[in-house]
Amino acid sequence: MSTEQLLAVAPRLSPRGSGRPPGRGHLRRSNFRWAVAFVAPYAAVFFAFVVHPFGYALWMASKPSLYADLINDPLYLPTVFNTLLFVGLGVNIKMFLALLLSGFFLRRRWWIRALLAFYVLPWLIAAAQACISFHWMLQQQGLVDGLLSAFFGIDGPIWFNDRWLAVGANIVAYIWKWMPFWTVIFLAARMTISRDIYDSAAVDGATGVRRFVHVTFPLLANLYLVCTLISTLWTLGDFTTVFVVSGGGPGGYSDVLATLGFHYAFDTYRPALGVAAVMSALPVLIPIVIVLMRRYQSREVHL
Amino acid sequence: MSIALAFPRPARRPSYRLRQVLTEAGSVLLGVVLLIWSLLPVYNMLLIALDPEEGEIEFAGNLWPAEPSLDGFRDVVTQEARYLEDFWHQFGNSVYIGLSTMVLTVLIGSLASFAVSRLRLSKSSLLTNTALLTYAIPASFLIVPYYRIMHGYGLSDNLWAVIAAQVTFATPFAILILQLYASFIPLELDDSARVDGASPIQMYLRIYLPLMVPALAVVGIYALLLAWNDYLYQAVLLSPRNMTVSMTQGQLFADIDAEWNAMMAAAIIYVLPPIALLFALRRYVAASFTMVSARA
Repeated sequence: MSTEQLLAVAPRLSPRGSGRPPGRGHLRRSNFRWAVAFVAPYAAVFFAFVVHPFGYALWMASKPSLYADLINDPLYLPTVFNTLLFVGLGVNIKMFLALLLSGFFLRRRWWIRALLAFYVLPWLIAAAQACISFHWMLQQQGLVDGLLSAFFGIDGPIWFNDRWLAVGANIVAYIWKWMPFWTVIFLAARMTISRDIYDSAAVDGATGVRRFVHVTFPLLANLYLVCTLISTLWTLGDFTTVFVVSGGGPGGYSDVLATLGFHYAFDTYRPALGVAAVMSALPVLIPIVIVLMRRYQSREVHL
Repeated sequence: MSIALAFPRPARRPSYRLRQVLTEAGSVLLGVVLLIWSLLPVYNMLLIALDPEEGEIEFAGNLWPAEPSLDGFRDVVTQEARYLEDFWHQFGNSVYIGLSTMVLTVLIGSLASFAVSRLRLSKSSLLTNTALLTYAIPASFLIVPYYRIMHGYGLSDNLWAVIAAQVTFATPFAILILQLYASFIPLELDDSARVDGASPIQMYLRIYLPLMVPALAVVGIYALLLAWNDYLYQAVLLSPRNMTVSMTQGQLFADIDAEWNAMMAAAIIYVLPPIALLFALRRYVAASFTMVSARA
């Protein structure tokens, strides 16, 4: 889940040798055997631990009555809505702030460089541990309540007793954990933009906000889109944040699909229903995967 | 910059200096806000861990505990805290899972990427696509079937069940990154080795692996961190008999009376190794970030 994401930036992979003259790229028979042998471990992992479980999940979730059960569960539709909020707000706020902040970290000041080291800390801290800290911070008489009463003289709310506060707390914790990673990605991408482009834009009068809107953003737009799609997939599957920060409180009304599926499967012992709950995200998942694959394949898009 | 020096600067408007000061003040303010935002939960961890009272998670209004104490840390290290009687055993399990995931991911990923990028396997795009597809499946969605199939594979309550899951989810990234990196290594090297009669396995060991070290390091760190960060798979696939540090943290949620100073101390000890590792290898990581976005 964490660093797990370096790839976000993985470029388009061009299969080696596809543009080479025929004959040179030709495999000799013995070479082919070697190649198969080299790929075999990965293929074995893929079939045993991707194809098999995924097929099993589809089989488990194939009974239509499960979906009737889902709809009839009063918690299901609120959970779907929470998931949309969690993913929609979490991903977009995080990506947009990361894009803006990457510009801030581009400034050449020694203290901004030093700040970056602290800023990436959330990304390096294991998710469960960081989320426990968030959970305690928002408990009654926790750090946030203490600070609120010390600085503003107000009593903080009971955070996890209110559905929207709980969902909001999950989103904030999620943004806190993952924004640094995407900031670093955008920072690296911004560093590759040549100064000449900015210099000539400055001659044309594009500085400040106009430079961002007309020069920087168009150059990063592709990367931004692909990163947003990848982040959407990961956020959809994020389990730890919601499970630990709000714990689904109040009464399961801040759950998302990943945690609801877990509760069905391991708390109420209805594994098939749990699989059906997460599989109901497939209609969102599949189009994103298709778009991503096409982006990787089409020549003009390099991520 | 050099252009700016070569030409006389245009006459400054009076507001120029003011704007510069405002920009500077604004970025200092933003810097302070970011620092507080980033460190507040970390600070909260320290506050709880350094509190001498065991179950204390409340904030008493002091910005620093009145009597900071290392009792929490001592109880963890000496394994005297409740639930942490086997802390070092649990830590060992976490390390075992992390290192095994790392080694297997590097091995399987490098073998597959060698076949695709150096042996010119004809269906290479198929492999890339399966990697991408796996990469796009949220791991948490497969937890229920994993629970079932691991039982079928005879791996229930076995550390290797977690390792297998982590390797599965780490390898796609490994293959994609290694393929990218391999595309920078000239194929002519392989051709001349082949002329000299090197077998593919020799090419893999003597040419491919040594040249790929930076990318292998990044992939290894990635796999290790993935396993280190995991909570769900360890919590579901392992029983208390094979507890890891990550699991203890979550299991205790139900227990309000747990010794939270010790628990937070354990959490801090647990999160330190990845931070140390990443800062030690930051050059490799920074290089891979730039390499990857240079292609963008």
